[in-house]
Amino acid sequence: MKLFIIGFLSGIIGGMGIGGGTILIPCLTIFANIEQHMAQSVNLLSFVPTATIALLYHLKQKNVVLNIILNIILSGLIGSLIGSYISIYINSYMLKRLFAVFLFIMGIYEIISKQKIGEKQNEKTQNKKKIVKNLK
Amino acid sequence: MKRHLKLMIIGFMTGLLNGLFGAGGGTIIVPFMVFLLGIEDHKAHATAISIILPLTIFSSIIYIKSGIFDLPITLNVTLGSVIGGLLGASILNKVPIKYLRKIFGIIMIAASIRILFSK
Repeated sequence: MKLFIIGFLSGIIGGMGIGGGTILIPCLTIFANIEQHMAQSVNLLSFVPTATIALLYHLKQKNVVLNIILNIILSGLIGSLIGSYISIYINSYMLKRLFAVFLFIMGIYEIISKQKIGEKQNEKTQNKKKIVKNLK
Repeated sequence: MKRHLKLMIIGFMTGLLNGLFGAGGGTIIVPFMVFLLGIEDHKAHATAISIILPLTIFSSIIYIKSGIFDLPITLNVTLGSVIGGLLGASILNKVPIKYLRKIFGIIMIAASIRILFSK
């Protein structure tokens, strides 16, 4: 049940486009006492179903810029291979600390980030409300 | 050619960090696409998923093959995160994301300090 709740809460945050996995992993290690490698494995796998649903939706909406992804994915797979094996061969103590540094940088990024993904939609709904008001 | 090289480097770095830390690929690649490639915000998010998903599946396979895998934990967390994810996406335009982002940024920094000073 605890695991379900941790997944649920970080899922909400992830669904809003705020680094879900980067939050799920420390929650699992701090509150559920799960080992760092295992927490990372859980996060990777739990991303797959939600991302698949989201991707199908975005493909349908034609939001995916298809002409750039092939190059990025190919070199990304090489990076993934190396990154995953480095992770597996580092001990848990070391990986946890490296992850903390990564988390710290991600935290700063979230604070200074100027992404407007949610805000744009907020504006849109506000505009709609204004239009509805004017009609009334 | 220069653009191709740029794309390859972005992809490599994203995959490397996503595999190493099991997270964060999306957070890294979105600003790259917005600022370096000039792709609109919402398209960058959608495109990021199309890139991160295959990388994540690939990393997952390596983790599983190395025995880093626990089915009951994964199922419990995944069930929660799928339901939470749908809820999060549906309330996206009803909450002040700008402030939430900053609040969670602070939480992430606090968590990182806690981990750094733990045993």
